[in-house]
Amino acid sequence: MSNIIELKNVNKWFDKFQVLKEINLEVKPKEKIVVCGPSGSGKSTLIRCINRLEEHQEGLIVVDGKEISENTKNIENIRAEVGMVFQQFNLFPHLSILDNCSLAPIWVKKLPKKQAEELAMDNLKRVQIEDQAAKFPGQLSGGQQQRAAIARALCMEPKIMLFDEPTSALDPEMIKEVLDVMVDLAKGGMTMIVVTHEMGFAKEVADNMIFMDEGRIVERAKTNDFFENPKSDRTKLFLSQIL
Amino acid sequence: MNLIILKPNKENLQTYLVLGIVFLSIGFIDIISNSFLNFNITGFLPSIISYLSPLILGILGLHFIRIEYSGNKTLDQINKNLNSSNINAILSLIVIFILIKYVPSLLNWAFFDANFLGNTKEDCTGNGACWVFVKVWFNRFMYGMYPDAEQWRINTSFLVLFGSIVSIFVLPNKFKKYIILFLLFIFPIIALNLISGGIFGLKWIETGAWGGLSLTFIVSAFALIFCFPIGVFLALGRRSDLPAIKYSSIGFIELWRGVPLITVLFMSAVMFPMFLPDGTYMDKLMRVIIAITLFEAAYMAEVVRGGLQALPRGQYDAAKSLGMGYWRMHFLIIMPQALKLVIPGIANTFLALVKDTPLIFVVGLLELAGMIGLAKTNPEWLGMATEGYVFAAFVFWIICFSMSRYSQNLEKKLSTER
Repeated sequence: MSNIIELKNVNKWFDKFQVLKEINLEVKPKEKIVVCGPSGSGKSTLIRCINRLEEHQEGLIVVDGKEISENTKNIENIRAEVGMVFQQFNLFPHLSILDNCSLAPIWVKKLPKKQAEELAMDNLKRVQIEDQAAKFPGQLSGGQQQRAAIARALCMEPKIMLFDEPTSALDPEMIKEVLDVMVDLAKGGMTMIVVTHEMGFAKEVADNMIFMDEGRIVERAKTNDFFENPKSDRTKLFLSQIL
Repeated sequence: MNLIILKPNKENLQTYLVLGIVFLSIGFIDIISNSFLNFNITGFLPSIISYLSPLILGILGLHFIRIEYSGNKTLDQINKNLNSSNINAILSLIVIFILIKYVPSLLNWAFFDANFLGNTKEDCTGNGACWVFVKVWFNRFMYGMYPDAEQWRINTSFLVLFGSIVSIFVLPNKFKKYIILFLLFIFPIIALNLISGGIFGLKWIETGAWGGLSLTFIVSAFALIFCFPIGVFLALGRRSDLPAIKYSSIGFIELWRGVPLITVLFMSAVMFPMFLPDGTYMDKLMRVIIAITLFEAAYMAEVVRGGLQALPRGQYDAAKSLGMGYWRMHFLIIMPQALKLVIPGIANTFLALVKDTPLIFVVGLLELAGMIGLAKTNPEWLGMATEGYVFAAFVFWIICFSMSRYSQNLEKKLSTER
């Protein structure tokens, strides 16, 4: 099966500081990858490069057969295929939950309003907050907001979902409700790249694990191998601290 | 009984209360007899102490009644709101004394001694204001030199305007956008043609004859409608990644913000025609409206930019990640939030714009304040400047206060945070 995401020798600098060093990564359709590593290791930057929220300076990034570069004319088309969930939810506070979900389908995919709202309600049901549809983001709990944000991304019917530490800003008792939704999504066959420290979640759904440190991919392994016998010392140290 | 003068306490509540009220009363009697009866009850004291005596007595009185948790609700309320410390007591007393001293005489001038009846200056016999002046000139203050027989055209235009605005609030949502489109694009054309005439057998009335409050409204309305979108685009331009757009926006904004409005108006009237090709002509009023619009747009741009900068980056990320391009991102996600944040600033700019309109007198256009300036120099009405300008201040205040209230309403209505 051909790769849906491919990164070759990707380098990125913030001014003089190199955040990504020689990143190589292939993701097959329906594959679930969990990226972990200490803070500042470039995990978030890596997945933000995939939908070009950050620009890389060197190397090749191909998403669904289209190269992402400065010259990409229709970066919006690629972004529409790649859903993203953020640490801080980033719901639109001036719109109701339903409008948050139906806005992009209406304006980007040009769906008729009624159809877009049905789609939004379907996805809100999927994350089990259909009863909150008329409320505004500020009236929801953190866990509900993050589930709404997942529903919003799903409304674009993306081929790939990127999760940037989706549970890091949540109170402990709300983490599970968000992870449950993500497990559900994984079982449904979505291609997922998840940056997270939730190792229980990783063991349950990930096909492959990636460990990053100082801008490099230090270790990439099947999930079982990764946890049972990690190869590099850095990974061992990290796992001993986090588990 | 041991009264500690400096530390009023709850045990001797009654005594302190009586003492405090006695001192306060003497202070108030002093200021009232001074202001209204021309009798100084503390006249036997040295003049400076006599002058300050109401204040000193009041402070002493307030000090005696400043008893915390006295158990008396009224007393506690007074202490909390007017008398929480010596400084606050002084400030409260000064404000109250100023009100006692000046409000009655102001009311006397404006109402009780004022003249409302009659048609000439000679009918004003009292000591108060001569509102006859405003009454006689009212028509000019409203319509300027616009011919009496044609004034229905201005009235009709404004009736339609106010009617449409009211209907926006009354009619259900689905008609709203048609009315707004009508107001923005069709109404200005109809109103301009109706007021200036020259077509459909309406008599042509040149803009030099327009004036008074209706001109204030015309200039303000056009400038308000146009300066807003221009300001929004300038703000976006200033934050653009494209150097050409960015630096021309910065240049434009800084140029207009750096020049006094009166200079801009003067240039628009005197210098601008020199740059026009021969044979072309642009109406004076039109030039003035364009000048004010561009001037206020520069301010508007900075206000809007403030809102744009206050938005967290996550909002941009989220919009982009959903596949929205630049314009969709800005008009669906960014602008609605940014503009909501800066409603107070926008209202501020709009109020400043309305109050700047009198400056168009420098090019010979006379709106409300300008007409008053003209009327006060009429030989039959010399010395009426105060009445005229009080009237102008009152009208401007009504306009600006309602705009300010509306902006506060809007802020409340649009707030979606909890």
